Amino acid sequence: MADDLIYLPAARLAELLGSGKLSSSELVQSCLARTKAVDGRVKAFNSYDETGALALAQASDQRRAAGQARGPLDGIPVGFKDVIAVAGQPLTCSSKMLANYISPYDATVTVKLKAAGAIPFGRLNMDEFAMGSSTENSAFGPTANPWDLSRVPGGSSGGSAAAVAAGEMPVSLGSDTGGSIRQPAALCGVVGLKPTYGLVSRYGLAAYASSLDQIGTMARTVEDAALVLGVIAGHDPRDSTSFKADVPDYRAELGRRKGPWRLGVPKEFFGAGLDPEVGAAVRAAIEHYRQAGCEIREVSLPLAAEYAIAVYYLIATAEASSNLARYDGVRYGHRSTKAKDVVDLYFQSRAEGFGDEVKRRIILGTHVLSSGYYDAYYLRAQKVRTLIRNEFTAVLRECDALLSPTSPTAAFKIGEKSSDPLAMYLTDIYTISVNLAGLPGISVPCGFTGGGLPIGLQLIGRPFDEAGLLAIARHYEQAHAWHTQHPSLS
Amino acid sequence: MSANSDLNIDYLANLARLALTGMEREKFARQLGDILHYVEKLKQVDVTGVEPMAHASPVFNVWQEDTARPGLSVEDALRNAPAQRQHMIVVPKVVE
Repeated sequence: MADDLIYLPAARLAELLGSGKLSSSELVQSCLARTKAVDGRVKAFNSYDETGALALAQASDQRRAAGQARGPLDGIPVGFKDVIAVAGQPLTCSSKMLANYISPYDATVTVKLKAAGAIPFGRLNMDEFAMGSSTENSAFGPTANPWDLSRVPGGSSGGSAAAVAAGEMPVSLGSDTGGSIRQPAALCGVVGLKPTYGLVSRYGLAAYASSLDQIGTMARTVEDAALVLGVIAGHDPRDSTSFKADVPDYRAELGRRKGPWRLGVPKEFFGAGLDPEVGAAVRAAIEHYRQAGCEIREVSLPLAAEYAIAVYYLIATAEASSNLARYDGVRYGHRSTKAKDVVDLYFQSRAEGFGDEVKRRIILGTHVLSSGYYDAYYLRAQKVRTLIRNEFTAVLRECDALLSPTSPTAAFKIGEKSSDPLAMYLTDIYTISVNLAGLPGISVPCGFTGGGLPIGLQLIGRPFDEAGLLAIARHYEQAHAWHTQHPSLS
Repeated sequence: MSANSDLNIDYLANLARLALTGMEREKFARQLGDILHYVEKLKQVDVTGVEPMAHASPVFNVWQEDTARPGLSVEDALRNAPAQRQHMIVVPKVVE
């Protein structure tokens, strides 16, 4: 049975569980077996909780036997990016700083998933504190792309994407600050959804850049992403930027919204730097919508295309330098044994606990916020951010969604960009402006390069219109079979 | 906006409470210089009269009732402390 299960979508697993043809215990055993078979090579997981997962699976099976199943996710294992709190499990942020940290509480998304019966299976690797685009910045070593183990899975949620792509997990959670769900989803050939800022609570998400961070999901299908979103979305008084939005049954809405839609294609997202094979696959996806009767409009986002990365690296690093000040070696986290006095304890603990990219961003953020530079950098970046959001608002007034590549290239080699931070930052060129504007975005598989590497189509939607965005994405998915192809991992 | 040479790595490392090695200082100063050079392009944008945007959520001034709720026990709250004694966190001596 096990091999038949590993690539089934969560919605299909839910049917099997519901009909009694599969137990949650069998499903978790299958995930454990697959993880043990492939994760030595993929390295998606930092850790997983075999005993805990099997106990929760047994509890789920008992609920179901008693006629008390809690819905479609009951008994389904979920992988967590190692930045989202699950009580009693490690929360390392793939950093030496938190290598031994055990979360004393659940994130709100964890509470919601547990209430739905889902099983927090384990902790997925990432770039340290979610800073990176390749998962090479993990203090515990890089995750490999399941399609080519010499290549990166993308990042920062590389473990979350790789675990789904490698058949280890049916669904996983990630976080997306500048593309960290969508870009690895594209590079690993899975679906990756970043919801509207404010739709999903950030309580229990270790903060990187609070005005940009958003929890979302990786899945094999758009329907699975809709299923998970329906559980994790909703207002939370513990997150002051949480929005009192309606949370429809996203999965049911998929069937109700049939188009045709008006879709915008930002011309600047097809310029220099876009790999020709990626561009061709995305243009073919646009052609799908045109032939389905959608109106395709060329639109222009000149400020987003030109300035989003600069704005992002000023705002995100400023927020990071403030957020990461809490890691001082005093109350929790790594504490240096070399410190001469209590102030030196801060200096040494932070020097030993943080990796290079985290240090770079803290220093840049400190510079950006420092006296004499605040107006020139941070304040100016916040103003350009307003202009970028206005640009999106204008084009989304006339379009239901926008179509673009998710990433300018397919997966690159491990080590290829790791010594050049700016080159790494530029890989987020199509995703980053979506975070600045706070919009929902999704990446769906739309083809392969000649070398067999997955390509992602990004769809950008209106604020809080995830139902519409998911329906548009599924329209493409249903007509294509890219998402049914899997890496050989041989 | 500043020229690259304005990035004073020692001053910033001190503000950020980060002990850097000589090699780190040199490497980060060069890499951050590249990034600052890149972000110089924001000078080209006319931001006259534009309101700054702190975040994208249409939520402002969130208030909550000041009511007690269950929280972590002292044991749970201190479970990750690097050093503790009698429900307190131990740190190096602050005054001589």
